[in-house]
Formats: sequence, C-alpha cells, structure tokens
Amino acid sequence: MEEIIKEVVIDEQEEYTINMGPQHPSTHGVLRLVVSLKGEIVKNIEPHIGYIHRGIEKMCESITYPQIIHLTDRMDYLSAAINNEAVCLAVEKALEVEIPDRIKIIRTIISELTRIQSHQLFWASYGMDMGGQTCFFYGLRDREKVLDIFEETTGGRMIVSYNCPGGLMYDIHPNFQKRVKEFIKYFRGVLWEYDAILSGNVIFRERTIGIGRLKLEDAISYGITGPSGRASGFSCDIRKQEPYSAYDRVKFNEVLYTEGDTYHRYLARIEEMRESMNIIDQLIDNIPEGPYFVKMKPVIKLPEGEYFQRVETARGELDVFIKSDGNKNPYRVKFRSPNFVNLGVLNHISKDFKIADLIAIAGSLDFVIPDIDR
Amino acid sequence: MKYEEFKDNESLELLRESGTPVLLVTIDDVINWGRKNSLWPLTFATSCCGIEMMATGAPRHDFARFGMEVYRASPRQADVIVVAGTIVNKMAPVLKRLYDQMSEPKYVVAMGACAISGGPFFLNSYSVVKGVEHVIPVDVYIPGCPPRPEALLYGMLQLQRKIETENIKSRKLRTAKNDSK
Repeated sequence: MEEIIKEVVIDEQEEYTINMGPQHPSTHGVLRLVVSLKGEIVKNIEPHIGYIHRGIEKMCESITYPQIIHLTDRMDYLSAAINNEAVCLAVEKALEVEIPDRIKIIRTIISELTRIQSHQLFWASYGMDMGGQTCFFYGLRDREKVLDIFEETTGGRMIVSYNCPGGLMYDIHPNFQKRVKEFIKYFRGVLWEYDAILSGNVIFRERTIGIGRLKLEDAISYGITGPSGRASGFSCDIRKQEPYSAYDRVKFNEVLYTEGDTYHRYLARIEEMRESMNIIDQLIDNIPEGPYFVKMKPVIKLPEGEYFQRVETARGELDVFIKSDGNKNPYRVKFRSPNFVNLGVLNHISKDFKIADLIAIAGSLDFVIPDIDR
Repeated sequence: MKYEEFKDNESLELLRESGTPVLLVTIDDVINWGRKNSLWPLTFATSCCGIEMMATGAPRHDFARFGMEVYRASPRQADVIVVAGTIVNKMAPVLKRLYDQMSEPKYVVAMGACAISGGPFFLNSYSVVKGVEHVIPVDVYIPGCPPRPEALLYGMLQLQRKIETENIKSRKLRTAKNDSK
C-alpha cells in the first residue's frame, strides 16, 4: 500500500497538460487554453485563438464605410453600440463634420446603457461560473429591461447598428426618455441585490479575494485597460483621458482600486454600473431638439491619410485605425481590441494558483471571444 | 376487429384468455413523446447568437417550459446541438467531433444567419464556413442575426414537431445516413 502512495507522489512531481476548450462553458465561447499543471497547480497557460477568426479587418477593405459598422457590431457584441461609435467618430473626424449636440448626447446615453447591460451579463455569467445559478436569473431579468429600450428605439435587441457615419440611423422613440428614467429608477432599487447575492457572499469572497493579483506596473506594461486595469489602479478611462461625444460635459468618477485581485476586477464593474447611471441621469433631461443626422454625401469617400479614434468599451480601450487612399473603401482598417490585449496577462496572473481559480480569474477578465479573434 | 367490439370489456376478456397481446398505443408515440419533451441542448455557442440562447434560458422567455432547461456541457449527455454563431475553418473539425461524440438520437439546429449560410460574412471572408450543413446534417434552420429568443423557441417547437412524426423505420434510415456521412 505504501509503495502505491509513493508512486502517486512521484507522479505529482511531473508536469502534465490538459486541454480546456474550445468547447467549454466557462471560457465564454471558443477560447482554447492549454494548461500545464503540476498536481493541481497551474504552471503555464498557452491560449490558442482563432476558432472564431472571421477576417473582419480584411473584409472591411472591400466594403464602404457605412457598411463597416455592421461588422463592428459583431466583434464585441456586448458593446455593439460603442464599437459603432468608434468607427463613426473616426470617419467624422476624417471628413471634419460638425456633429450637433443632440446626436452626441443620444450616442452617449446609448453607449452607457450598452455598458450597463454588458456588466449585467458579466455579473450573471460570472456568478454562474462560480456556481451560483441565482445570479444568472437576476442578471438577465434586469438586462431584458435595457434590451426593451434598445428594441423600441433602434429595432435591435443587442446588435443595434444605431450609429452611422454622420449621426444616427433613426430618431429616438417618443417614449425613450420616459423608459430610460423608469429603468434607472428600477435598477437603482435592485442593485443592492447584486451586492447581497454575490459581493457580500462569504463563499464568493473566499474564492476571489487575493486571487490572481495584478500589480500596477504589470497592468501598465501588459496594457490592461478597462475595469480590469482600473482594478489595479491604472487610470486608463478614455472617457476621462480623451473625452469623445458628450463625456466632456458630464461629471463622473473613474472607478479605481489598488488591490488588483479578482474580487476588485469584479467590484469595478459593479461600481461602473452606478457611474453609468449617474452619467445617464445628467443627460437624459437635456436632449436638445434638432435633426438626428448630418447630411452626408451619398458615397462617403475619406481624403487620403490615416485616421485614429479611441473609445472606452465595456471591456477596455478600443482603437480604430483607418488608412484611406481616397476611395470609397478603406485601404486598411485595424482594430486594437481590448480583449486580445487583456488575454495576454492570463498566464502571468494565474500562475501558481489552483486550476479552479483559473475559472475565477479568466471570468473576471470578462472575455468576449469574437473580439479577440475578430 | 371492429372498434365497437374493441371497446367492449367482454371481448377484451376473450382476448386476454386466448393470450393475444394487446397494445393500446403505438410504441413510437410513447418514445416520441418522451424524446420531444426532454430535449437537452449542448452548451455550444461561438458568438452573438449564444447570448440570445442564454436570454432564452433566462426568466422572461424560459426554455424550461418546453423541457429544454437542462443545458449539458458534455456532448455525451446532450440530445440537440444548437449551432449558435459563426463556424470558421479552424472550428469546423471541432464541431464535427462534437457532433460525432453525441449519442443517438441527436438533432442539429442551425441558429442565425452565420450558421445557415455564413450570413454577414458570406462575401469577402476567407475563413468562414458558408453554412453549417457542409459539416453536419441540420434539422431546423432559424433565420435572424441574431434570432430573437422567441424565434429560437419557435424553432425548437418545430424540432419537437419533427420528432413527433418519427417512427422506427425513419429513425433507422436517419442513423444510417448519419453514419455514412
């Protein structure tokens, strides 16, 4: 009997590899992680990407600018409206179009609603990753209310395609302001449940506090943006650094923590929902009258040159780079997607933790796989 | 035997005495009823349609009303694979393997434009599989980009109707067809 136990101990000294994904419920899509383990301890993670690589950047070169927004929708589908905004702002910057206040304010409200529904889904799925089914039901219950507002105004539930170069696709629905105010009032009333179920839960705190700690200097050198970076104290909110649309006229706090562990990455998202509601509060009563689009040429041709725009999606910094040679199609489009960069840090922060913690760490970085592969 | 006689208890007694086996429902009906009301989907989603699939399982639309709430993470335990999202060339062999790992009877639902034909990525994309039927046989197609949860529910109800019409013969044919693929 003793001999057998000895053999097992010897086996644990050897590293072995397991394959997680591409079909795995807690990788939130088709990410494949090849994990090297020593016993139960993670020694190395090698992410394999490309299982949903659709060649969006290459496709953009053969279509016109108003068509590109329908592809950016499908990149990070949980912040679809913000992705659209990035392309629209880059095109408008190139054409030097002056955008009226009405459009800017509506765009900002839609973006913040998108951020709220994205974080709601994060909360729902993160709770489910940690074994709490209730979170899934509560999170998606509230998310449907945001989707209702989207559906009424834009016609789409989550892939909205609402922004287009030069303004908005349609004017807002007459009920828009009323519905948004109702939602904010409702959601302020139920947000304490989120904290009660998960943030204050002893099991959840045990599993997340101190796990996957990311230091500030590492966050900066890896380029981790969004709530994941801000949980480490990296002030990287594009809405503050380089305000676009109507962010220069609203007051809000950049959610910053210094701990940088899994729990604070989670907490940063909960706090961001509160900040987003504050932003909407300041804007919803101040939508001026006016047209909802600026008249553009039927075929949009960008002057020759390079154009660049940064926006803050729900997951971090999205950069759009457009190079034009004067035609109606771009010469080259490049997206710097936040998830691709954030994936790079996974190996660094989950080393020497247990394999069960890997689920918590990967969940807290909140990956959207089509945004990684594009 | 006439129907009136069949209803008569005395003739049933006679049949029982003579040892004739009597089956009041066809076995197909019983099997189909059981199968259609406990369809367990595989948690398989590649992109945006997966979020709408989650929303279908959520409180408002509630998959569970039709016996589909038990999402299985392992293909061995699943009855139906809902192909939710784009399938690219790198993913296609994985999808085929997942399908092969599922045990009979198995059904496939192609959810959304990407799974039907490549959808928005039909033109100009070098890596997208133009329709999931090139890889695995499909039972129900659900159009939309992404389809609403109601559309997914409707599609799944159509799959239930399809299962209702099955019998032993068609089931054997279907299995043989899948094996030869």
